[in-house]
Amino acid sequence: MVDLSVNFSGVKFKNPIVLASGILGVTGDSMAQVVRNGAGGVTTKSLWPHEHKGHANPVVISTEHYMLNAVGIPDAGPEKAREEIARFRAASDGGLIVNIVGGKMEDYEEIAREVATMNPDIVEVNISCPNVEDELGKPMACSTVKAAEVTRLVKSALADAGAGDVPVTVKLSPNVENVLAIASSVLEAGADGLTMMNTLGPGMAIDIDMAQPILANKVGGLSGPAMKPIVVKHIYDVYAAHKCPIIGTGGVTTGRDAIEMMMAGATLVGVGSAVWLRGQDVFGKIVKEMEGWCEENGVERLADIIGRVHEGN
Amino acid sequence: MRILNTMPRAMKIKEVREESELVKTFVLDGSIAAQPGQFVNLWIPGLDEKPISVALDDGKELWLTIAAVGPFSKAMHEKVVGDKVGVRGPFGTVFTCEEGQRLALLAGGYGAAPLYFFATEASRKGCKIEFIVGARREDLLLYTERAAELPGVKVHVATDDGSAGHKGYNTQILEKILEEAGDSDAVSCIYTCGPEVMMVKAAEMAQKYGTDAQISVERYMKCGFGVCGQCAVDGLGVPSCISGPVMPLERVLQIPEFGKYHRDELGRKHEF
Repeated sequence: MVDLSVNFSGVKFKNPIVLASGILGVTGDSMAQVVRNGAGGVTTKSLWPHEHKGHANPVVISTEHYMLNAVGIPDAGPEKAREEIARFRAASDGGLIVNIVGGKMEDYEEIAREVATMNPDIVEVNISCPNVEDELGKPMACSTVKAAEVTRLVKSALADAGAGDVPVTVKLSPNVENVLAIASSVLEAGADGLTMMNTLGPGMAIDIDMAQPILANKVGGLSGPAMKPIVVKHIYDVYAAHKCPIIGTGGVTTGRDAIEMMMAGATLVGVGSAVWLRGQDVFGKIVKEMEGWCEENGVERLADIIGRVHEGN
Repeated sequence: MRILNTMPRAMKIKEVREESELVKTFVLDGSIAAQPGQFVNLWIPGLDEKPISVALDDGKELWLTIAAVGPFSKAMHEKVVGDKVGVRGPFGTVFTCEEGQRLALLAGGYGAAPLYFFATEASRKGCKIEFIVGARREDLLLYTERAAELPGVKVHVATDDGSAGHKGYNTQILEKILEEAGDSDAVSCIYTCGPEVMMVKAAEMAQKYGTDAQISVERYMKCGFGVCGQCAVDGLGVPSCISGPVMPLERVLQIPEFGKYHRDELGRKHEF
């Protein structure tokens, strides 16, 4: 019997597989279904402090090699989020990571105060969406100063609202020159962990028969299997420097992929695009594959493999 | 190389049929191997992409019947023979039946299109089909004449104003059929597509008369392949684009929002 549980900055998950932000997760009941399908926890879609419209359709396309999306982070605002999170809590014992986003600095403070009273296990700060670039994305994800400022703001807003003990993880962009420098700056600013990473890009796909970009937003963030080696490399670098809790997200499709992320340094592993590749029950499939691998390799505690690739290096 | 339903393919409009003042059927040149009950995401570049029920896919042509009700459908109505549109799909679950059954198909408004597609298949399987169509007025009725040409199909019509057929609701016709059916000609299953209040009625009747039902649950959809989460229904928590639109009665009864509310593009609830 393999112990699959992991501990992320004091929060226990029955297994390390969590729903990545932006996939499914519009409603509390759909997040509960993800846990019934085998995940140890879920991440909500990014929550805004106010209503925010997404992009026109098509918002997501998929091939065997990649998924490209520009959903545009639609959200009805905190009132709806509160109701859905309460429904999730009533229906599920899975871990809850609440992802927040804003257009301006003040937005992050406002939404952090709101979610402080929504009983999150972990707060994940999205500073890195590549397809709403006017509002965020590059400005915050690329700047060590701005990324640290957002982190401090969220930490203090949570503390002011009585949720100072809720761990904060900052979701980093792979689309910057200095991933390690950004990681170091947000950790120094008080982040308890990191989510690595948001989608790549932005990229574009053109339908040659229509002679038009397919996504209504023209460009979108790239995810899926091809992204994994880039994420693994960044996790490897950051874990080597900081040994901090990391949610590894990007292209994980199988149990072996998830173990690879954990060996690089991830404690939790986000799964998103694989929902299309392997179905709604992909979470349980991955967990079962991880368990099988542990049994074959004499691993009794899955958590023991976190950062294993660094041992002796 | 595998053709992916998650990527658009360009299809040429081969014929445009005026069904009524408000409704046109676009015959696209080619098949996407869609089955009755399924839908496609229809794409007009630079404007939008919308889920549309398939009205027929016979292996050579794809029929899409569209009412001009919003900016997208109005733009679609401007399209002419030879124009190209993007199609993704087919997506979703299908209506199913066994050979030689007696079936009741209950269509409200545009719901007649996918049920016509199903009637063509059930007719080929030797089923006896009660095709019950409801609309506000006679000129808004769809697919009644084409359905009447299929072997084994009997068409029943209800209009709100009595301009054609029974004056009143199509569910009243359905109830009469279920009431009058004896052991030898019992209705095996009710198939329904249209306004949700009508489908709630159909579900109630299925329970009252001990009949199976297959119900097309329509929610605001974006991706079509079960990742964006937009169309998840409460209770089950499953995306209706892949677990639906067609769901058996027992699944629909596990959806507390059925007949009560649906969600908009931001996920906010709206009551019916």
